[in-house]
Amino acid sequence: MKKAVIAGLVMGLLAVPAFAAKTIVYCSEGSPEGFNPMFYTTGTTHDATSAQLFNRLVEFEVGTTNIVPGLASSWDISPDGLTYTFKLRKGVKFHTTEKYTPTRDFNADDVLFTWNRMADPEHPFHKNTPGVNYAYFQDMGMSKIVDKVEKLDDYTVVFRLKAPNAPFLADMAMDFMSIHSAEFAEKMKAAGTPEIIDREPIGTGPFRLVSYQKDAVIRYKAHDKYFEGRPKLDNVIFAITPDASVRLAKVKTGECQLMAYPKPADLPALKADKSINLLTKEGLNIGYIAMNVEKKPFDNKLVRQAINMAIDKKAILDTIYQGAGQVAKNPIPPILWSYNDKIVDYPYNVIKARELLAQAGYKNGFEMELWYLPVQRPYNPDGKRMAELVQADLSKVGITAKLMTYEWGEYRKRGKNGEHQAIMFGWSGDNGDPDNFFANLLSCDAVKGGGNFARWCNATYDDIIAKAARITDKAERAKLYAKAQEIVKEEAVWVPIAHSVRYEPVRKSVVGYKTAAVPTNHYFSKVDVTGK
Amino acid sequence: MISYILRRLSVVIPTFLGITVLVFSLIHMIPGDPVEAMSGERGMEPERYARLMAQYGLDRPLPLQYADYISRAARGDLGRSIVTQEPVLREFLDRFPATVELSLCAIAFAICLGIPAGMIAALKRNTPVDYGVMGVSLAGYSMPIFWWALLLILFFSVSLGWTPVSGRIDIEFDPARVTGLMLVDTLLSGEEGAFLSAVSHLILPMVALGTIPLATLARMTRSSMLEVLGEDYVRAARARGLSPLRVVAKHALRNALIPVVTVVGLQVGTLLAGAILTETIFSWPGIGKWMVEAIHRRDYPVVQGGILLSATLVIFVNLIVDVLYGVINPRIRHTR
Repeated sequence: MKKAVIAGLVMGLLAVPAFAAKTIVYCSEGSPEGFNPMFYTTGTTHDATSAQLFNRLVEFEVGTTNIVPGLASSWDISPDGLTYTFKLRKGVKFHTTEKYTPTRDFNADDVLFTWNRMADPEHPFHKNTPGVNYAYFQDMGMSKIVDKVEKLDDYTVVFRLKAPNAPFLADMAMDFMSIHSAEFAEKMKAAGTPEIIDREPIGTGPFRLVSYQKDAVIRYKAHDKYFEGRPKLDNVIFAITPDASVRLAKVKTGECQLMAYPKPADLPALKADKSINLLTKEGLNIGYIAMNVEKKPFDNKLVRQAINMAIDKKAILDTIYQGAGQVAKNPIPPILWSYNDKIVDYPYNVIKARELLAQAGYKNGFEMELWYLPVQRPYNPDGKRMAELVQADLSKVGITAKLMTYEWGEYRKRGKNGEHQAIMFGWSGDNGDPDNFFANLLSCDAVKGGGNFARWCNATYDDIIAKAARITDKAERAKLYAKAQEIVKEEAVWVPIAHSVRYEPVRKSVVGYKTAAVPTNHYFSKVDVTGK
Repeated sequence: MISYILRRLSVVIPTFLGITVLVFSLIHMIPGDPVEAMSGERGMEPERYARLMAQYGLDRPLPLQYADYISRAARGDLGRSIVTQEPVLREFLDRFPATVELSLCAIAFAICLGIPAGMIAALKRNTPVDYGVMGVSLAGYSMPIFWWALLLILFFSVSLGWTPVSGRIDIEFDPARVTGLMLVDTLLSGEEGAFLSAVSHLILPMVALGTIPLATLARMTRSSMLEVLGEDYVRAARARGLSPLRVVAKHALRNALIPVVTVVGLQVGTLLAGAILTETIFSWPGIGKWMVEAIHRRDYPVVQGGILLSATLVIFVNLIVDVLYGVINPRIRHTR
């Protein structure tokens, strides 16, 4: 009897699994360039750094473009739009690692440290890692927006702007604005190892960095004292897997629970797989063809409108996006606030297009060059095929389009120099503010910077979007952007083609995972895994 | 002998210079540049573009950049990666053991299967066995690595579930890095199951990378063997009534293997080239995968340094083979 009891006890002990660590493995597409998100602009790097290790003062609600409190529990914008006062959250802990144990909570000094390191070339840590750039900070023109940053008390920080700038708040939620620890930097400097702060950074985020095996695996562990509560997962692992077919194989065999960038051709198989949920998200993007208004015949509005009518977008969507997209009529996607749904798109009408061409003096059509994307992009799965469809459409109205392309880097370079007549391009929004599309892609400034591939500079439009960027009232701004969309439609400098849908294959064992809208990172703080 | 080695060495330096000129001009001939590669779809003001190009020293005339590069490389300084800002040499050394491990296993796989297969084909000349071996090796030689690798994954990992898809070891193991060779490190760590996990991860990439050398060796062994089997001394050995096994093993094989050894040495280049594809597909963190990413990002110092170091390796191995060949076959030493 006694024996039986002992045996039973032993059996019981064996049956109960030892405390099983909950681990999620994400098959990512590439290696991070480094571990300090300040230095880099690629999504791959931000996914592995900002999204896991850090927080921002304000953040994007996962799955939407709404701005929600992050390390700032609230904020206040002065009526003139010049002063942003952030109230900081109390009791937020930075990570503890083998090399460092924080002695204080997050406070205003960390915000100032983060900002000044990027903004001030004389800051003691500005050149901490030689040779790097604060690329995003400069790309977004932060120094031109903000005059100075002040600490009112330990938990209040004030940003004073040079001029009212409504997108500023969204900029503050971007990955490069991740808040770093000032104390950590000072301690590492005192210990003679200042390079550690960029190689093995610590943050306030839901996970802390454990190890990085170059080009292979990044390991994170849960931040026990995360301010939103300890994550349910114990470990997050990025398995770096550059080949999309191999990532797919790994998700199928369960070696990964999620994967980055599935190939469009693999989507039907993924949909059919019973162990996988195929999550979708309307992309914050636009794929378009820009007509260079500096080159004939695209200086003529009638020609541009005719081309808009000559192209059968519906057919393009069916053939190339295979249902993974929606027809575009505006420069911004419908999920972005201020989208003007009242705009009526140019109808697909070959006869009308021919009439417009005749009116413009091109009765017999003309010859043109169309540059097509040499690579697959999130907003365009197959540039070449799209170009062939467009070419066929244009031939119906008498236009002979010569298709050409360059290697991707060269393509962008020549495109930014304005060497093209008509060029296929696109954009994925990075801060969920309409200004991020309207100013980056169609303003006069963007002609100089090269992001405006139509090279169109319209004073009325520029005034409207500049005004919309100055005022902070969202409803007022939306009205202005609606007007801006009317102008763009009338001027027809683009043929907006499509807004693509993003797919994320996730194994069914993953619970509570949401696909992010912007930035397109992977957030695991509220995710759990069940069973095997 | 010494003068022979010196003669071989004297060829090495011009070869090196040639390689650096070639690599340097090729990488700069590829369209695009690292600054453009960073900016993506976003526009960049011309002033900032110019400033960044100047920061990386890319605004100077190419011959000047080359002269600067070569003078620093001669002193052992290969520069820093534009992307990570780490010294190129260190980045290379971090990844080199993974490539060595994979390549050694692949060549061992090729030798162990290729030489016996070639021998059997030669002994059973013009029989179905011979046609079978030669047919398979021709197919293996012609198979694009990336396609072959994906087939292996789909069959053995996805359908059968016998081997893991990619990586070097199961994620639950994280052995301390001592040598950088996973097989050795897992043994040193003493963690149960770690070594087996590393072995199971090595099988498919080893087969994928080893297939072309295997096919080459099989064909080489066969033709060399056939030649030797027709020699008078083999016939004489047979005539004396030695057993067929003894004739082949003692008299024919050793002589037949001389050209095969050379071919094994030459496979180093093939392996490094094949590693680029194999490592990318199997997420194998070696120098092949590293270089591919560097080319995408136009990380010039990494591409230049990586190719230079790989070329050094190939030249070095070929030099050793040359010298060994001289040792084995005295005729070579004296004529030239």
